Amino acid sequence: MAAPALERPTATAGSQTVTIAKALNMGLRSALERDPKVLVMGEDVGKLGGVFRITDGLQKDFGEHRVLDTPLAESGIIGTAVGLAIRGFRPVCEIQFDGFIFPGFDQIVSQLAKLHYRSQGKVKVPVVVRVPFGGGIGAVEHHSESPESLFAHIGGLKVVSCANPVDAYWMLQQAIECDDPVLFFEPKRRYYEKAELDPTAPPAPLFASRVVRPGSAVTVATYGPMVRTVLDAASAAAEDGTELEVIDLRTLSPLDLEPVFESVRRTGRLVLASEAPAESSITSEIAARVQQECFYSLEAPVLRVTGFDTPYPPSKLEEGYLPDLDRVLDAVDRSLAY
Amino acid sequence: MSPEQWTRSETDGTTGPPAATAAKPTREQVIAGLRATSEGGADLVQLLTPEGQRVEHPDFDLDISTAQLRDLYRDMVLVRRADREGNALQRQGQLGIWVPLLGQEAAQIGAGRALQPQDMAFPSYREHGIAWCRGIDPTEILGIFRGTDHGSWDPIDKRFHLYTIVIGNQCLNATGYAMGQRFEGKVGDQGGEATMVFFGDGATSQGDVHEAMAWSAVYDAPVVFFCQNNQWAISEPVERQTRVPLYQRASGYGFPGIRVDGNDVLASLAVSRWALDECRHGNGPVLIEAFTYRMDAHTTSDDPTRYRLADEHEAWKLKDPIERLRVHLVRDQGVEQDFFDGVDAEADELAARFRDFCFNIPEPPPERMFSEVYAEETPQLAAQRESYLQYLAGFADEAMAGGVR
Repeated sequence: MAAPALERPTATAGSQTVTIAKALNMGLRSALERDPKVLVMGEDVGKLGGVFRITDGLQKDFGEHRVLDTPLAESGIIGTAVGLAIRGFRPVCEIQFDGFIFPGFDQIVSQLAKLHYRSQGKVKVPVVVRVPFGGGIGAVEHHSESPESLFAHIGGLKVVSCANPVDAYWMLQQAIECDDPVLFFEPKRRYYEKAELDPTAPPAPLFASRVVRPGSAVTVATYGPMVRTVLDAASAAAEDGTELEVIDLRTLSPLDLEPVFESVRRTGRLVLASEAPAESSITSEIAARVQQECFYSLEAPVLRVTGFDTPYPPSKLEEGYLPDLDRVLDAVDRSLAY
Repeated sequence: MSPEQWTRSETDGTTGPPAATAAKPTREQVIAGLRATSEGGADLVQLLTPEGQRVEHPDFDLDISTAQLRDLYRDMVLVRRADREGNALQRQGQLGIWVPLLGQEAAQIGAGRALQPQDMAFPSYREHGIAWCRGIDPTEILGIFRGTDHGSWDPIDKRFHLYTIVIGNQCLNATGYAMGQRFEGKVGDQGGEATMVFFGDGATSQGDVHEAMAWSAVYDAPVVFFCQNNQWAISEPVERQTRVPLYQRASGYGFPGIRVDGNDVLASLAVSRWALDECRHGNGPVLIEAFTYRMDAHTTSDDPTRYRLADEHEAWKLKDPIERLRVHLVRDQGVEQDFFDGVDAEADELAARFRDFCFNIPEPPPERMFSEVYAEETPQLAAQRESYLQYLAGFADEAMAGGVR
């Protein structure tokens, strides 16, 4: 059932500068090439190449039965992907926008998440659900949400989020290779940010968080589109002599919190940043676990910088809704003030 | 009678929306209601009348031997017996709940016996007869209702998916599976594969069922939608689900829809064979509406006397699927009493074995709660299990020290 192990290409053009969007496209292409059971399916993923062009050119090269332009119905996309997975395929579903995942929520929660457990491991459903998520693109409602915590709450699902082209390329392939269902959250407002990608360099493990900037004053843990914001905040703080340690969580379920605990034991301070509403979220979970594991190391309460507990606002207000560099730095200052 | 008249109060007398509380139905309305649930209409495919008389149908011929008829009779009797035993076990507190099959034996055995080994079946949760036809022993279903597992058979090996409780979900899963059969090139000739999915009249109101039908048509998926219209979705009558006969919906999706007498095992078999054959040859999908009746409650938690008329129930008793085949076997096939006695004895044995198995299902160990959540277990879950088992082990120490039981 497991896909062939990821092999690094032996002959490549070497490292290149790519966007996250391009890296995701390359990752999908590589997965489709490696395993004939991999399918890409969703609305507009074929001829159009997806509304963000993540699947650009794939249908042309792999055909209509590998890259499926589906009818317009999210429950249908996920529900048929579950059936295809039972048959032995490895479908990669695209949900066009975060706020459209809810018609497919029933199939994700009721079937996709539970089949392995219900069948005591006899049925595997290696389905990846790609979700471009988060705000900051000036869109109308339902196009800017951060529903990742809802899925992290569900036993049987795995949830990850990439934040740079290298992770986009590798994490997507690793998610497709994983025998469990994976919700793959893509930071849509960062799709066109670039970085060096060397496909021959070894990938980091999928379900592991990573320190992306070392520092000693305050630990700041975040994921997805907020990683860029927090790194910018860290650069600004450094100019004032405050070194932030920035952790990209990468995996949201399971959470990999050992690097966070280790960091907090050194810095004594933790700020969590996320676009999602604060209540009952990934950041709530981390705050609870950190106070449990690092109680005697904490010099300040765990602070959070998040979206608000409202529906996502009209786009003219999103600048205020989304945590920005200043709100992150304000939380850092409050943490240091204890 | 027009649909409008159904929903409006006779005493309302005013224009505008219907009154919140409808007046008592008139005699004519009661009769019309009984007809709606008891008569399948002119398009009903029937090969065996309620009186046990074999009749011909121009489109659905069935060449069947006496031995095969006896097998179908045996299937229905054994499945009914296991079902009745399940009901009784729930009443005795041995099962948390039971979902009765009573009255739907012909629909299920007909469809189930039309399936071939290479086909795949996706059930809802009342499909004890289909399970039987897929080689799943009735005891294998017990754990679901006793609360020891979520289905103990291997769905891949048996080609019978797990029971699906969320209404209509399985229709999309079946469609996806059937798409896979087509993508793999497993349709096109007599040896081809097909998928059959089972759901009720209530499920036809679910978006998933609609999506599955639209999807399967678009992808020419080799899937037979087998709707058991048993007239009631818990307390909601089929009139609360649709304004057209359910089989007619298929034309809106662009594939054939057929209404079969769901209490006629021969018609169910013939139509299902034809539909599966269409799929096997790449001409699917097909919708079959098996027009039948749930003779018992929705589940053992339900009380149908609150919402349906005794007359309706009595009328359907006359259409009992087992009795009509029995009459046919005795009167037209010359089957002797010995055969029926033999089947009854076999049913007794099955019932005893079923009961015995139920009493002796082991309680799952606590670690089972954590097992197989993931193909690749997460460290958090491993830690939770470890911690819980240690917590439980603390009680064992206590018991040893203090003699607490």
